[in-house]
Amino acid sequence: MNTNMKRRVFLKGSLAAGTVGVAVGAGMLAPQAVMAAWPKAGFEAKTIDDALKGALGASGPDHSDAIKIKAPDIAENGAVVPVTIKSSIAGVESIALIAAANASPLVATFIMGDGGIADVSTRIKMGKTGDVLAVVKAGGKLYANKKSVKVTIGGCGG
Amino acid sequence: MAKKSIKIRAKNKKGVTTVKALMNHPMETGLRKNKKTGKKIPPHFIQEVTSTTGGKTVLSANWSGGVSKNPYIAFKFSGGNKGDEITVSWTDNKGGSDSATAKIK
Repeated sequence: MNTNMKRRVFLKGSLAAGTVGVAVGAGMLAPQAVMAAWPKAGFEAKTIDDALKGALGASGPDHSDAIKIKAPDIAENGAVVPVTIKSSIAGVESIALIAAANASPLVATFIMGDGGIADVSTRIKMGKTGDVLAVVKAGGKLYANKKSVKVTIGGCGG
Repeated sequence: MAKKSIKIRAKNKKGVTTVKALMNHPMETGLRKNKKTGKKIPPHFIQEVTSTTGGKTVLSANWSGGVSKNPYIAFKFSGGNKGDEITVSWTDNKGGSDSATAKIK
């Protein structure tokens, strides 16, 4: 039993190392592919503009009604706020999801791959009541829409 | 840890594949405090999520600790045939990673 467990841990460790190796190798071979490094600057930014510059390389998005955000009007639990972003804008390259009231506003970015359709859902944490922003990058330009979500119990800091 | 940390459901309908994935991860922001010791809990969250099928990347996502614990992601892409395999993998800020593969239904 004991040896078996160890074997398992070992296998897991080597598997993880293998994946990282493959990822690095793929990055070297195909730098044009979507292998963008994790945009640290964007995620550590404290303002929305800085976050967008860090994540999408631009700021100052235009308002667009072609972006639809589906999120609850009132979130009972700020730790789990389901958000769906849809956009009918053509040629979407990436989507940034921002919770304006959070200490680090940028929550997630989604980068469209082959045949990607701008329709993504996830669940986010929200510290307090604020806007949820969806910023879509298409053709080098930024478009944004927002929705206000009222949070009754904060999700950050527990 | 030995348990698979990703569950995937992928379904093709009229040429559009919808993928839903659930991952098991604590997603610590690094801002939370341990109530007993008063020390900050170090950040531990998924940074990158990638989904591939047939050698193509269909979606990649960069996350911060602002994504909920045990994250859920759903997305769509055009293409993908029934029976094709789709892989979802993640890497966290501590270098941990996992991936899982499912067949498109």
